[in-house]
Amino acid sequence: MSTVISIEGVSKRYRLGVIGGGTLHGDLSRWWARVRRNPDPSLPVNATARRGADGDTLMALHDVCLEVEEGEALGVIGRNGAGKSTLLKVLSRVTAPTSGTIRMRGRVGSLLEVGTGFHPELTGRENIFLNGAMLGMSRAEVRRKIDDIVAFAGVGPYLDTPVKRYSSGMYVRLAFSVAGFLEPEILLVDEVLAVGDHAFQQQCLGRMKDVTTRGRTVLFVSHNMASIQNLTKRLVVLENGRVSFVGPTTEGIQRYLARGASVSSSLADRTDRTGREPGALRSISLLVDGEPVDDTAISGLPLKVKIEYDTVSPGELQFFMAVYDQLDRRIVHVNSMQTGLRNEPAPRRGVVSCTIPRLALAPGKYSLALAIDANGETLDRVERACDLFVAMGDFFGTGRHEGADWGLFLFDHHWAVES
Amino acid sequence: MPGGAAIRHDSGGGMTPDISPARVDPTVEARQAGSAGPSDEPEWTLVIRPKGRWFDLRLRELWQGRELVWLFFWRDFVALYKQTILGPLWYVIQPLLTTIVFTVVFGRIAHLPTNGLPQFLFYMSGTVAWTYFAGSLTKTSTTFLANAQIFGKVYFPRLTVPLSILLSNLVAFGIQLLLFLGFVAYFMIKGTDAHVTVWALLLPVLIVIMAGLGLGLGIIVSALTTKYRDLQYLVIFGVQLLMYTTPMVFPLSSVSGTWRWVMLANPMTSIIEAFRRGFLGAGTITAPLLLYSAGFALTAVILGAVLFHRVERTFMDTV
Repeated sequence: MSTVISIEGVSKRYRLGVIGGGTLHGDLSRWWARVRRNPDPSLPVNATARRGADGDTLMALHDVCLEVEEGEALGVIGRNGAGKSTLLKVLSRVTAPTSGTIRMRGRVGSLLEVGTGFHPELTGRENIFLNGAMLGMSRAEVRRKIDDIVAFAGVGPYLDTPVKRYSSGMYVRLAFSVAGFLEPEILLVDEVLAVGDHAFQQQCLGRMKDVTTRGRTVLFVSHNMASIQNLTKRLVVLENGRVSFVGPTTEGIQRYLARGASVSSSLADRTDRTGREPGALRSISLLVDGEPVDDTAISGLPLKVKIEYDTVSPGELQFFMAVYDQLDRRIVHVNSMQTGLRNEPAPRRGVVSCTIPRLALAPGKYSLALAIDANGETLDRVERACDLFVAMGDFFGTGRHEGADWGLFLFDHHWAVES
Repeated sequence: MPGGAAIRHDSGGGMTPDISPARVDPTVEARQAGSAGPSDEPEWTLVIRPKGRWFDLRLRELWQGRELVWLFFWRDFVALYKQTILGPLWYVIQPLLTTIVFTVVFGRIAHLPTNGLPQFLFYMSGTVAWTYFAGSLTKTSTTFLANAQIFGKVYFPRLTVPLSILLSNLVAFGIQLLLFLGFVAYFMIKGTDAHVTVWALLLPVLIVIMAGLGLGLGIIVSALTTKYRDLQYLVIFGVQLLMYTTPMVFPLSSVSGTWRWVMLANPMTSIIEAFRRGFLGAGTITAPLLLYSAGFALTAVILGAVLFHRVERTFMDTV
């Protein structure tokens, strides 16, 4: 095993606001002022030039150091704005770092977004060649793989149809397939798995897994803890542009979630709601094992859903919660009567919570719907009140997480040799 | 149906185990052999630093991306053709209309001199040569802004885009040149003064210089427009202004004084004059002037490439 990516002290600074003044006149007068050693004319009177230079900048990456071994699948997670995408952009040479050095060995392929450069007027076949070339495949290479690409995407009969006539599903499948068959020594992937229907996503995951098991190095950035867990063994957690954790994936995910401290997501601005008193549901927040989290729960650990409400309607209040899978199938629907929540006379505003002592959902992406009733009449109902990502935890108490597609649910069980 | 079944069969069973050992092992072996060599120091194939060297034009990378030049060219050609009714006919209609307008306005109404050449041929020769240069310049000058989407997502040698534009324009130029030659033949048969001379053999040189000028100035502008958007509009206006300092509308021989120097300073002047001398038999060719144009083009290309590479490194942060 040898190091194929070495990142040394890489920082990336973005200037906020208008870059360089934006007009030729402004830059010229600034330049002329510098020549005459006068103060910068475009700075506010009291500001010194130094503050102007360092002021409105954002460190998207801050002194990142990282070594990636050959054949390793490394996951990268972090909140929005933590620098995940910037890291991949710098690695894929889309933009240059502000300081630091990156060394890599082998051909680098990046999948920052599928379908980049597809031209609607060109046929599927033509786009495969064009997109393949952009990603760094030679024409001979594409010719060799085209049958596999087409079969994987399942667009065989439409290969000579302009892609503008493709359904969005076909388009995305073809786009992923071209990129998925790129076989560089180092592959950079950003969230691409969030495309297509469930079956195709599983297919993509399988393909990615394939790539990693064939000795290629993969850097995988995602929000989806389940796929991170599935594909990677080592994890990097980015926080405000700095590396805050490098280590085993499962440990990293738990730490990442524990640091969550998210605010509850407000439902006030939602318009996709029904009921007599829209707005009665105020906010929703999630806690995993007592710790507030953004949107990711862990199977096997307790999940608490807190619902803040405020209503003017009299009568007994009931609360409903439903879990939908990615295909928008309702897979669980529970309400507060079933478990005997007594809240008569209920306060007109407050917080109720629903605790699931041991989450048995399989890793994947789900969404939660909420509703509140008064005397059997719906006051407010929000479909997709929040997204819920489920990552694999130690559900079975064995410390093992093997498995590719767990289905929708986990349940207690044990295997035994009978004869 | 049988075809589809065959594909399925191939990809289902054979693909995964087949490809990897056959195609991956050689590179792995090569690498291991390399790193197990004299020193333990691994050889890096790619080093990314904040700033590249000023004159590192990365021509090898560009050479590796040559297929992309061809594919972009072909994409633009196909797309252009597919969206219009008249398709490639536009290549012919555009210079014809311009020539007719010029003939009427400058020839019939303003009675400008044409070196004794038929007005139609005089203006058409200017139009055909100028269009290649101006088209290349204006199209390449939008390289960064027009491709911001793609450039922000995937890396490939960026210069492939302007080069493919040169190629597209070259095809248009070829078609227009054929049309022009058709008219030259017609006018020669009619017995006018126009005649093709041995200077026509200079055409490849003229094309290279024109391409260099269009590309060089175009990518300089494209690099600057990422920062100064105003330039986008200035370019269209500037190209038009430039046109009036070339002998496109009136021959160099009819101008004297300061204005003549202004025209001589325009690197396209000698090109258009040489083009006319070659295909119509009248025009001023001097070696220093042609060398000046060639030098100008070379300087523009090198300066452009340097600026272009500077900008491409951080361009995504400014759009």
